[in-house]
Amino acid sequence: MSKVRVLVGTRKGAFILNSDGKRQQWDVSGPHFGGWEIYHMKGSPVDPNRIYASQSSGWFGQLIQRSDDGGKTWEPVGNKFAYAGVPGTHQWYDGTPHPWEFKRVWHLEPSLHDPDTVYAGVEDAAIFRTTDGGKAWEEMPGLRGHGSGPHWQPGAGGMCLHTILLDPSDPQRIFIAISAAGAFRTDDGGATWKPINRGLHSQYIPDPNAEVGHCVHHIAMNPARPGVLFMQKHWDVMRSDNAGDSWQEVSGNLPTDFGFAIDIHSHEPDTVYVVPIKSDSEHYPLEGKLRVFRSRTGGNEWEPLTKGLPQQNCYVNVLRDAMAVDSLDDCGVYFGTTGGQVYASADGGDSWNAIVHDLPAVLSVEVQTLP
Amino acid sequence: MIRILLPAHLRTLARIDGELLLAIEGEATQGSLLSAIEGRYPQLLGTIRDQITLQRRPFLRFFACERDLSHEASDTPLPGPVVAGEEPFIILGAIAGG
Repeated sequence: MSKVRVLVGTRKGAFILNSDGKRQQWDVSGPHFGGWEIYHMKGSPVDPNRIYASQSSGWFGQLIQRSDDGGKTWEPVGNKFAYAGVPGTHQWYDGTPHPWEFKRVWHLEPSLHDPDTVYAGVEDAAIFRTTDGGKAWEEMPGLRGHGSGPHWQPGAGGMCLHTILLDPSDPQRIFIAISAAGAFRTDDGGATWKPINRGLHSQYIPDPNAEVGHCVHHIAMNPARPGVLFMQKHWDVMRSDNAGDSWQEVSGNLPTDFGFAIDIHSHEPDTVYVVPIKSDSEHYPLEGKLRVFRSRTGGNEWEPLTKGLPQQNCYVNVLRDAMAVDSLDDCGVYFGTTGGQVYASADGGDSWNAIVHDLPAVLSVEVQTLP
Repeated sequence: MIRILLPAHLRTLARIDGELLLAIEGEATQGSLLSAIEGRYPQLLGTIRDQITLQRRPFLRFFACERDLSHEASDTPLPGPVVAGEEPFIILGAIAGG
């Protein structure tokens, strides 16, 4: 029978949850790296026992940990993230130039083909790559070399590159997203990048339709249909049917279209999940009701999913990398909250259970479906 | 041997208990001491000082002999009692909250 491993990064350590394919009983291990922020953990698609973790601390900086046994044991690997060339400046919150400074790794995306190759999205925004299992990291300078870098600005969480999507149909194509610069795509393996933000509209920048400057919170792709992307922007849920060349709003009947997390059903590429959050200053669900909204039509028509989720006095947030899906026949959907709960649905979102209740604030959730 | 006290998180990372004892070749300065620590425990690279600028991480402090040495130049000789092993060189996280 298949198994599921859920990798949970929190403000104070990492937790690993294991279950069989029924997804009813969960074994929780952790905290790993207790006391450290674990912004993200992710396993290699070609070697699921190879897991990478971003471990950071305001006191001690950034570490990258690697496990070769499914998270039982870990070894620190390389943690030197040096920007290529002269880093230059980006915009600060007040619009003044501010030097590029490395702060942390937000997202680790292992290659679809090689367990030793991993992409890292960092703050201040840049993309790095290792090809030796994490020992050495080198910036892919074409992204910041695009020329718009001096106009990028930090979102409230910092100027982070938080989303990396690898196109399974084209190894030269990678999508990334930056708060608050927007989405970018390379079609030549990272040598050059172009902004893919046409159709985004953001009131908080001088030109609401600018080429860059949009606060994209997260982008999701179903690997079976890599040209179709769904985006949770600061405000607005968006869809692209041409690999990001243009976007259209699909917020439809959502009660609020602010949010962070977005993901797609493993087997139904038009089934999309979001967790609407009240507003950009009120980071909690509307009316104290934790509701996942599901669209089965690729957007615009959304239904609330509430069974098993708290429907009163709930004021948690669900952060951008804290939702994931497994690939079992009945698609499992998972998300973590800033209140320390990880909720799971083994029936595509129809019903939910808290598979762990009282962790530190959850920063990220990833799922591995194991044979 | 120079005695070094590391913060708990760095002891965990280096997999050591208690004080760290290190011999320094040549003049014992703050910089040569940190290089010796990093040489023995490469997993601590970047956790005490930046790997590129070699500047002390801003939320760490260096104390010894009841003095704050955090702002000493890296080539300043360590105090005699530290070099003699009579007093530890203390690396600790700054108190940044209640």
